[in-house]
Amino acid sequence: MAPHINLFEFSAKEVAAKTKPGQFVVLRIDEDGERIPLTIADANAEKGTISLACHEVGKTTTQLGKLKEGDSILDLLGPLGNPARIEKFGTVICIGGGVMVAPLHFQAKAFREAGNYVIGIVGATTKDHLIFLDEMGRTCNELCVATDDGTKGYKGLDFLTDLIAKRKVDRVVAEGPIVMMKAVSDITRQNGIPTLVNLIPIMVDGMGMCGACRVTVGGKVLFACVDGLEFDGHQVDFDELLSRLKMYTDQEKLAYVFWEKGGRN
Amino acid sequence: MSTPKPKIRKEAVPMPKQNPEERAHNFREVAIGYSEEQTLAEAERCLQCREAPCIDGCPVEVDVPAFIKLIRERRFEDAAQKIKEKNILPAVCGRVCPQEEQCQAKCTVGKIGQPTSIGRLERFVADWERQHGYATPQKCQATGKKVAVVGAGPAGLTVAADLIKLGHEITVFEALHKPGGVLTYGIPEFRLPKKIVEAEAEYIEKLGVTLKTNALIGRLYTIEELLKQFDAVFIGSGAGLPTFMRIPGENLCGVYSANEFLIRVNLMRSYDFPGACTPIRGGEKVAVVGGGNVAMDAARCALRLGAKEVKIVYRRSREEMPARVEEIENAEEEGIVFEFLTSPKRFIGDERRAVKAMECIRMRLGEPDASGRRRPVPIEGSNLLMDVDLAIMAIGRSPNPIIKQTTEGLKTTEWGGIVADENGKTSIEGVYAGGDIVTGEATVISAMGAGRRAAKAIHEFLMKKETFMGEKQNG
Repeated sequence: MAPHINLFEFSAKEVAAKTKPGQFVVLRIDEDGERIPLTIADANAEKGTISLACHEVGKTTTQLGKLKEGDSILDLLGPLGNPARIEKFGTVICIGGGVMVAPLHFQAKAFREAGNYVIGIVGATTKDHLIFLDEMGRTCNELCVATDDGTKGYKGLDFLTDLIAKRKVDRVVAEGPIVMMKAVSDITRQNGIPTLVNLIPIMVDGMGMCGACRVTVGGKVLFACVDGLEFDGHQVDFDELLSRLKMYTDQEKLAYVFWEKGGRN
Repeated sequence: MSTPKPKIRKEAVPMPKQNPEERAHNFREVAIGYSEEQTLAEAERCLQCREAPCIDGCPVEVDVPAFIKLIRERRFEDAAQKIKEKNILPAVCGRVCPQEEQCQAKCTVGKIGQPTSIGRLERFVADWERQHGYATPQKCQATGKKVAVVGAGPAGLTVAADLIKLGHEITVFEALHKPGGVLTYGIPEFRLPKKIVEAEAEYIEKLGVTLKTNALIGRLYTIEELLKQFDAVFIGSGAGLPTFMRIPGENLCGVYSANEFLIRVNLMRSYDFPGACTPIRGGEKVAVVGGGNVAMDAARCALRLGAKEVKIVYRRSREEMPARVEEIENAEEEGIVFEFLTSPKRFIGDERRAVKAMECIRMRLGEPDASGRRRPVPIEGSNLLMDVDLAIMAIGRSPNPIIKQTTEGLKTTEWGGIVADENGKTSIEGVYAGGDIVTGEATVISAMGAGRRAAKAIHEFLMKKETFMGEKQNG
């Protein structure tokens, strides 16, 4: 799709039949593999498939990128988490960043089907990393593009301030990197527009057992896996979440190098 | 009947163990297990008394004197079968049951000396059976009834084994990628090797039970949906939700729930990182908060991951600790330090939000509380600072809310447990529950006992349903 971003279609009949936008899976590639959570980007109950988008950032995600058509993985658990709240709100801005534009598109589709006027915003660090532009263009009533470096569309998120000042927006849904969701929440807070962010912290089991994914929302400690993934962006402690996401940075590098050099073999 | 020997040795044959200096650095099993000679010598200490109070002490009523008699006759295979009539996980229970509070607490020999080491004997025969290959289990005639079991932990596996033997068709749904529940994700390798749990789960599959892993009930299928496909449902989803103290700094990096720490170490084998690629933060100075078996397990895992100093911080005194005496002793031998009558107030982090210290307050014991134990009361002004770079909260687990949230009409308690009678019957017809999800966090064997009673009730329910339907058709 874009450099180091892959879109997969997994055959998983039972999971596909139950999946709703906003939910996620936990997967494990092989016996030595870690369990990683990925937000579901689409589900087709008839075909019995789900789609997952994944950015190669470490060992597991790079290993996933090496899979070829017809390959299989050891474990897939889902659907997990609460479905996103999809209702007719009026005008909804769906803003996605990086690889998370794919699962956001799943929500945008549902918002449109529910009768909302959907303004889609696709963002990335740079032009080459923009994904799902066509899909979002087809799904949304309007589409904006933004990049951090200004190589395509708006530069940065400042335009959002003008956009929400000019239009009557009833809801904002953001899905992407923590800094982006934080910035969006800071902008919409001034206008008091309800803003939902989709958080996917570090998880192990993904069903409430470990507490690795705990986030502070409005001073309360919640578990993203069973209470989320969707939270009130104006209440989330993003700085805490960011620090927790970086908890294993050193080990992740080590695991990547070990694997690249051939692992146990 | 065998006559008791005139002189019974007062001391039990000691359990051979890895020495503390060595074992503190590896994940191999601490207790090595009796040899055949040691087993026979210990078996001789059983009086074979007619009262057999040990049987009453066992939550699943294993016929202890009978299996010990078979050991004496060197009929180990038969001894294993004798235990398995009542207990389908003998290699597990021989290792992790608190026998000192159950069968062995009632042992007649215990009145004159140390009780017969029933658990160690059970372990020997179970291991003997595993090493010599399990006998092919016999199957009952099929009844055509289907039962769904939610959770492949001690309660669920017991229900599955009991009901399949009666001819019902059983599917076990396990949310994790491996069966065993707490035996797999909670209890560490050095106390319960995972190959043993795997072998015991395989035995249950050999009985004909279908095991579906990666299937989270409540999300993949609701209980209501299961009732459309199955004649009865048993919920044994356990107490899987970690509890935190809700004190400042608890979300700093390096503060774990015991559940997360143990899941990473046991289920994901983080001790083998990066070979097994799930990371964990080891620590040099570790504090484990709590006084139960989970706290001991977490502390001993931290030590084995390379910690220089591991402290168990407990708000009451040694006497009130819920952990098994054997586990407390093992931890002490390995060099774990106990800080009794101490309770954390807050965690302090560095500039990267990693924990660097824990502020505590000393406690004294006041009047007894609802649990009968003396309530710890903070001593004002006794605050102290402990340097820690890893803290593990082992202060209890509560039921997972997913089934409660997704099952209409299922009565639950205010702490989130499922309401069930002594036979596991819940507020929904055909739905039974047992184990930690009903009682709150308890022992492996009490969950198995609950599973046994529920299996009996489910069988009666299925057969009654049969008659009723039959009559209806005939009428």
